[in-house]
Amino acid sequence: MKMKAFKAALPYTIPICIGFLFLGMSYGFLMKSKGFSFVYPMLMSFFIFAGSMEFVTVNLLLSAFNPLYAFFLTLMVNARHLFYGLSMLEKYKNVGWKKLYLIYGMCDESFTINCTVTPPPDIDKGWFMFFVTALNQIYWVCGATLGALLGYVIHFNTKGIEFVMTALFVVMFINQWEENKSHRPAYTGLGCTLICLLLFGSELFILPAMALIVLCFTLTKKKYMKEAEQ
Amino acid sequence: MTTAQGIVTILVVVLGTMLTRFLPFLIFPEGKTPPPYITYLGTVLPYAVIGLLVVYCLKDAIYSPFHGLPELVAIGFIVILHKWKKNTLLSIGAGTLLYMVLVQTCFQ
Repeated sequence: MKMKAFKAALPYTIPICIGFLFLGMSYGFLMKSKGFSFVYPMLMSFFIFAGSMEFVTVNLLLSAFNPLYAFFLTLMVNARHLFYGLSMLEKYKNVGWKKLYLIYGMCDESFTINCTVTPPPDIDKGWFMFFVTALNQIYWVCGATLGALLGYVIHFNTKGIEFVMTALFVVMFINQWEENKSHRPAYTGLGCTLICLLLFGSELFILPAMALIVLCFTLTKKKYMKEAEQ
Repeated sequence: MTTAQGIVTILVVVLGTMLTRFLPFLIFPEGKTPPPYITYLGTVLPYAVIGLLVVYCLKDAIYSPFHGLPELVAIGFIVILHKWKKNTLLSIGAGTLLYMVLVQTCFQ
């Protein structure tokens, strides 16, 4: 039963494998180039297992110690998981102990597959989703570790390599922009944050920006709902 | 930051991440439906956060000697390349490479 579920899950994860190895390796390599041992990206990719936040954590580790700020930044960056969780309340029912792992490993890609793919009726749903999640996590942790290990052997001028994080978010921004008819959420995020950066400076702007974004969304809820209905 | 402070920071990030993943399942055990306001925030926040992260990445660039010019050039390049080829990994790889060349040669 497990083997069958594994075989059904594997093909869906192959495209993710390529992406995760590439991104994971650039993350691991980035950490090594900033002076961290390979143990950091290996453990962080395993325990945090949220790509964007791992990149952001590199920045946090390189700046002054501020756990409260780190906590709120994590909540905001990962707020989308709340939405994923809400969408998966039904799907993750009745899968036994695996539910705990499914929630723990619910990254964007595993969510997308588990949310959209219905395994054939003769395949156990719980094990299918388990293998999707586990395979994706294995790709990511291997990529991150491998990238950091490469950093020990390959030496070149890595100045500017941290831009990989910016590039990742810019591409995600364009992808979302093209997938959605309403650009209001994208504008709100970009605009509020930019205003707060100019007002509060680069040290303090994140928390006010988050508050302003939530405020804007709360005030425009009715308008947005109307637009979404049309 | 000391090693201990680094480990605390990582643990805080792990805790925050797990909170966002487990919270819906804790608040809404089987059978309970979330209020519309929460569902609404869940729909719009993910898109806003990417915008926030883009600005977050550029926070130090704006106040640097070049006021974010190399970043803007590289981002412009990524937008054009991505619109054209629609290949996520290519756009990220080529964009990063261009930026590295820019800051290592023209914008030192």
